[in-house]
Amino acid sequence: MSELSRRAFLRASAVAGGGLLLSSSWEPLEAAEPSGAAGRARDPALSAFVRIHPDGTVTIAAKNPEIGQGVKTMLPMLIADELDVEWKRVQVEQVPLDTTRFKDQWAGGSTATPINWLPMRQVGAAARSMLVTAAAQKWKVPADECQTSKGKVLHKKTGRALSYGALATAAAAVPPPELASLKLKDPSEFTIIGTPVPGVDNHAIVTGKPIFGIDVTVPGMRHATFVKCPVFAGKVKSANLDEIRAMPGVFKAFVVEGGTDLQGLLGGVAIVADSVWQALTARRALKVIWDEGATASQGTTVFDARAAELAKQPPHKSLRSDGDARAALTKAAKVVTAEYAYPFLAHAPLEPQNCTARYDAGKLEIWAPTQTPQDGRELVARTLGLQEEVITIHLIRAGGGFGRRLYNDSMVEAAWIARQAGVPVKLLWTREDDFQHDLYRPGGYHFFSAGLDAGGTLTSFRDHFVTFGTTEKFAASAAMSETEFPARFVPNVALEASVMPLGVPTGALRAPRSNAICFAFQSFLDELAHAAGKDPLEFRRALLSRPPLQAAPPAGGAPAPGLDPERMLGVLELVAQKSDWGKQRLPRGTGMGVAFYFSHRGHFAEVARLAVSEKGELRVEKIWVAADIGSTIVNPSMAENQVQGAVLDGLSEALGQEITIERGRTVQSNFNDYPLLDIHQSVPVEVHFRKTSFPPTGLGEPALPPVIPAVCNAIFAATGKRVRSLPLSKHDLSWS
Amino acid sequence: MKFRLKVNGQARDLEGPEDLPLLWALRDGLDLKGTKFGCGIAQCGACTVLIDGVARRSCVTPVAAVGSAAITTIEGLSREGTHPLQRAWEELDVPQCGFCQTGQIMSAAALLSRTPHPTDAEIDAAMGGNLCRCATYLRIRRAIHRAAELGKTNAASATGSGR
Repeated sequence: MSELSRRAFLRASAVAGGGLLLSSSWEPLEAAEPSGAAGRARDPALSAFVRIHPDGTVTIAAKNPEIGQGVKTMLPMLIADELDVEWKRVQVEQVPLDTTRFKDQWAGGSTATPINWLPMRQVGAAARSMLVTAAAQKWKVPADECQTSKGKVLHKKTGRALSYGALATAAAAVPPPELASLKLKDPSEFTIIGTPVPGVDNHAIVTGKPIFGIDVTVPGMRHATFVKCPVFAGKVKSANLDEIRAMPGVFKAFVVEGGTDLQGLLGGVAIVADSVWQALTARRALKVIWDEGATASQGTTVFDARAAELAKQPPHKSLRSDGDARAALTKAAKVVTAEYAYPFLAHAPLEPQNCTARYDAGKLEIWAPTQTPQDGRELVARTLGLQEEVITIHLIRAGGGFGRRLYNDSMVEAAWIARQAGVPVKLLWTREDDFQHDLYRPGGYHFFSAGLDAGGTLTSFRDHFVTFGTTEKFAASAAMSETEFPARFVPNVALEASVMPLGVPTGALRAPRSNAICFAFQSFLDELAHAAGKDPLEFRRALLSRPPLQAAPPAGGAPAPGLDPERMLGVLELVAQKSDWGKQRLPRGTGMGVAFYFSHRGHFAEVARLAVSEKGELRVEKIWVAADIGSTIVNPSMAENQVQGAVLDGLSEALGQEITIERGRTVQSNFNDYPLLDIHQSVPVEVHFRKTSFPPTGLGEPALPPVIPAVCNAIFAATGKRVRSLPLSKHDLSWS
Repeated sequence: MKFRLKVNGQARDLEGPEDLPLLWALRDGLDLKGTKFGCGIAQCGACTVLIDGVARRSCVTPVAAVGSAAITTIEGLSREGTHPLQRAWEELDVPQCGFCQTGQIMSAAALLSRTPHPTDAEIDAAMGGNLCRCATYLRIRRAIHRAAELGKTNAASATGSGR
């Protein structure tokens, strides 16, 4: 595992069972100091997160990167509710990277809600407690006789009230309370959490304010473009730099040697010019002779052929073995085998990769639309040979993340180019750069076999997963969990893997691994249901109703991962009910499909209804989603938006998206050959939350995986054609 | 070359090469950053502006070809950010990342100026070239209907053709 994914994993593991929390080394209230807190600097700060102004308005710090998941609104909501102020009196301010004051400041893995649900509420409750203490001291009454409401402290016995604004200075002098001692609101007392709150940047967005990374301007800034070798990690041999330097507006042009880390600084030619267009114009005249390196021999057809060979050989390694899957297969009444495959995918956030950097007198200042500013700072420090302390990182709203901005390649490039050019630069990638130098969702191959007994019960299940990496280490996002369902629910299971080497960068794409593996597993389960002569939803219900094997706890004492069958049965029932599963007589060519998946701590079941014409034209009609992400939907407006967006994103992937590699380079280059779903294909997505007693978890990702197999299973129901590879655009779905 | 453009009702002068796309003239030359770069080949719609009231992709429109036509960018759609589309977008909490939304709103403004009460099919036809990577399309459709309602009670022009 790479350093990044290992650390992300450790962070995620810490919250996997809901047993999260602040490390004891972090006390946000001790970190309070006026220069660090958000908002108008001379007004009293109650902590690094909360500043109260004399007029009673409150500035609350937003600590995490906003990438479109709504976290800049959601985390301050948690603080504001426990602080007991009205939302309309709250101003939200994005703060820069400062992990001493703000601890976790990253966006990934749908983790912001589970990590911050308690700590951010405690931050709000602590500020409230300081205000109450200040009022009680002023009135000389016990603090527990005081209440708060809408930004005021009240003493009902004497009918006195003081606004937070009037109390702020005194409250700022109150010693911060122990976080663990604070009493938090009962959910019935929430006034902001659970209500639909529009995004705090919406007005700036709809009026075109310069709030994105691409919009950043700093004095004296010039514009950079960076041309990397089309073959990943290839190096510059020579380039016509003198010719480029003579072009209009070109300030500097130079070779960046670069390294071999596919998530780091790779070799290329930097052109720094007075304007974007001059940089791009010069780039068109650039001629580079490349040393392409070893990856030039790799490609999609090579991978496909190698996967077919590996499938015939003994697997390289075992991921899980329960009972004896091979022996059980020989005894099965019915054996089903199938091969599934899915392609590489790109992230393609609509805002191309970019970063602005200024290097001056040994100090580096960076404005970055990144999901992982801390990892970016480490990468930049390591690559440029700087101490992290000299690097300041401003968190800039990102025009989409989807996992692409977990990697800080554009940040390290901007930093390097700014230092070498000797001027502040904004590096902007072209769309072609973005498609051809992504860290792709890796493709993969699953060779399944499964056995059913005479009664149609699943008795053995085997997957030979052919993926990328080495026997020691899978490529990034190319691994498979050993708890992949139906493992734990079938007595004889063998999950095995073989690997082939890969020189193409891979990485986490929204719902990493799950977005691919769910398609294969939930589609094959559908095949098994049909082979067993059972309704696909009933077949799944029966599997989930078996007593599960205990998941083996991973090393390090973290709670065992894996789905909770009761929670999954709950959402399965709900989606069946909402979609009228099995109750409709559908015409030939129309079908419904179901799938479920557990990822990112969320339990999701989804149903698709669609029609396929005799000529094979696919028209998805509707998607139903049933979700269990715990007790509370913090912001129902963004929650619905995220689920609908994730489902349509999954549909977009399934319909037509595929990255292919030829001679070590990416074939696709822009939206004309990598289609994104458009408004015509945006079908109704009906979202239902099943609230349970578990702590709330995140929503950026877990809604995505099930829609893909739900659609493929519905295609089978409509046409009798089983889709075993993606995208759908490569399949002839016609029927007669 | 020197150009004089009519942008949001004002004459603006700038210099640039003959092939300079309007997108970069607006963003770099005139510091109007609300018009976004997404693809550079008119495939995503993030750079949509109005030219004489018609939605155009500024990334493939050479500034030399604009002449004296009136250009409206998101910054000129309304004085206070209260165009019915902007109000509807906020009311329905449309954005996720928000990067495409100015282009979406400009395409929708062109639609409403000629079709004040569009059907779903008319919306889809007009908005098909505006990609939203976050797929907020369901809310975009609702927000255009909502803006049409708000526009009924609001005398403000649907194009705000330059101020």
